[in-house]
Amino acid sequence: MHNKVLNINSSITLPKSEFDILLASLRELGYQTVGPRVRDESIVYVEVEKLDDLPHGYTSEQGPASFRLISGGHNRYFDAIPGAQSWKQFLFPPRAHIFSADKIERWTIQPNEEKPPRYALIGVRGCELAAIEIQDRAFLRTDFHDPVYRARRERLFILAVNCLHPAGTCFCASMETGPRVRGGYDLCLTELDDVFLVEIGSELGRDAVSRCQYESASGFVQSAAEKGLERAANEMGRTLLLDDLPSLLTDNLELEHWNEVAKRCLSCANCTQVCPTCFCWDAVDHTDLLARNTSRERVWDSCFNPQYSYVFGGTTRSNIKSRYRQWLTHKLGTWKEQYDTYGCTGCGRCITWCPEGIDLTEEVAALREEIKA
Amino acid sequence: MIATNIAPHYAGHEDRLLQPDWAEVVKVIQEAEGVSTFWLRFTDPEIQKRYHFAPGQFNMLYLPGYGEAAISMSSNPETMDRLLGHTIRHVGNVTKGITRLKVGDVVGIRGPFGNSWPMEEIKGRDVIIASGGIGLAPLRPAIYHILHNREKYGKVLLIYGARTPKDLLYPNEYETWRAAGIDVQITVDRADETWDGQVGVVPMLFYRFRIEAQKSAVLTCGPEIMIRFVIYEGLARRIPAERIYVSLERNMKCGQGSCGHCQIGSYFICKDGPVFRFDALEKYFNVEEY
Repeated sequence: MHNKVLNINSSITLPKSEFDILLASLRELGYQTVGPRVRDESIVYVEVEKLDDLPHGYTSEQGPASFRLISGGHNRYFDAIPGAQSWKQFLFPPRAHIFSADKIERWTIQPNEEKPPRYALIGVRGCELAAIEIQDRAFLRTDFHDPVYRARRERLFILAVNCLHPAGTCFCASMETGPRVRGGYDLCLTELDDVFLVEIGSELGRDAVSRCQYESASGFVQSAAEKGLERAANEMGRTLLLDDLPSLLTDNLELEHWNEVAKRCLSCANCTQVCPTCFCWDAVDHTDLLARNTSRERVWDSCFNPQYSYVFGGTTRSNIKSRYRQWLTHKLGTWKEQYDTYGCTGCGRCITWCPEGIDLTEEVAALREEIKA
Repeated sequence: MIATNIAPHYAGHEDRLLQPDWAEVVKVIQEAEGVSTFWLRFTDPEIQKRYHFAPGQFNMLYLPGYGEAAISMSSNPETMDRLLGHTIRHVGNVTKGITRLKVGDVVGIRGPFGNSWPMEEIKGRDVIIASGGIGLAPLRPAIYHILHNREKYGKVLLIYGARTPKDLLYPNEYETWRAAGIDVQITVDRADETWDGQVGVVPMLFYRFRIEAQKSAVLTCGPEIMIRFVIYEGLARRIPAERIYVSLERNMKCGQGSCGHCQIGSYFICKDGPVFRFDALEKYFNVEEY
């Protein structure tokens, strides 16, 4: 093995045994390395320190309202399509302290000046990287920079992974976010049986692999990865036709099918909690009994919560029908006007984690059918 | 849409967009049953100096321990030593908590947020201001603007209604407004023994006036049901949808198009509104619960 100076965009092959050195290098650079791990028969994103922390030999079987981890049968670490959690929790935390206020003689505010950790995200799929870029558009606008998000996003290291074994609820090929990662990473990895193919995306990525033993990628390895990605694109469990979106939804707010889906939807907000792009939040105040100390926290909210649209006199969306319609017409309709992208990456989480197994690809198809009829 | 940007006093301080600045209660005026105007001044004179708002914009008022509420400025942006008037109906957690404040107490302010009434665009036109209840508060700065620039506008008709005579806001100012050439028409839903004026809802008053549609613009704010009928009456008289301006209210947590709560269709009311041209809103406005 020999190391030479690497160019950005060049590719190397990294023996799997070298991966721990890569993780150690990232930690030495000051990153907290977080990645997929098996817990409670699912996959969660938590701290990982070595390759063996990852879901070795696992795959996940996913369908509407169904997630099963299957163990054995292969020697790969990045095959299990993730569970309910997404990387959103690291950039837009479910709870974030904004400031506290104390009254001694008069009220004073203490802003939250705590520096968030520098995260290195290990194993970000194409759909997930697209989701981060979608949230960037919401939180890092020219006229508004969200301080909580920005502090985390600026310091992020992204190790992306090309997705070779999509699950039954996946439709990233329809949304054009995967299975191939489309840029925006520091390193991008394709896992073959015995070796990782690694593309260098940034100087930071180059530094991170510099201590590993690697070789330049052979044509054989590259074509094996290509074939795997082609196969994956044809193995999507779902498809979503985009031709007539977003107007299919925004021009048809009064269809009968909205009533039909409302009969199944529980308005439980699972879909919005697992969605990697949903950005709505609420502010909550915690105050001591003497009302001399109070803190303001930002928490995830959901358009499925009745309180979400509350103003004095009632809620704007008191029916489940209007809440589901708001969610879907935002994701695949008005989002496009707001941010010039859909609010959906085709990750399929909302289908897998809906207790009723409501499948947005089928709901869109049903709305389309009703319009045709 | 009318473009908005970060308020000038936040330039270079974007980190503070979620964090209020303190302001002191300078005076409190009881306006009606359950409605009062809080006059505020920033405790930091630098902020007070830099802070400007336009008619129709709002602030997020923060009461420690209670939370925040979106409240429109109801004062004249140019005068009153630029004290900020907030006319508040005390109906929610935060707005009820605010009633306990006394002169010298502090509240937090974030803002100003949102766009403003189209005072430039409607120059030279007849202006119909139709409002109900607390909806007059965000329109009062627009009225002040017209008073200061009276010659720049044509006929001005203010139609204002409240549930009962006791609920009418700013009754002491109507004569001043009339003297400045504004046709002030007041109506109540239910009269009492003191009332010898008009009875009926705001949109009904449209029947009593000859409106020159091609010259006119409508500014409206109030209960959504009233707004709906004001729009119908305006359109029925062939006032074009693009000259009917509507100010909307929704649940708001951030004021900057981030928290998501105030969306209607593709708009964030806090950032793209609260003032909308009706032609921009038309697609969504008549859909129930959208």
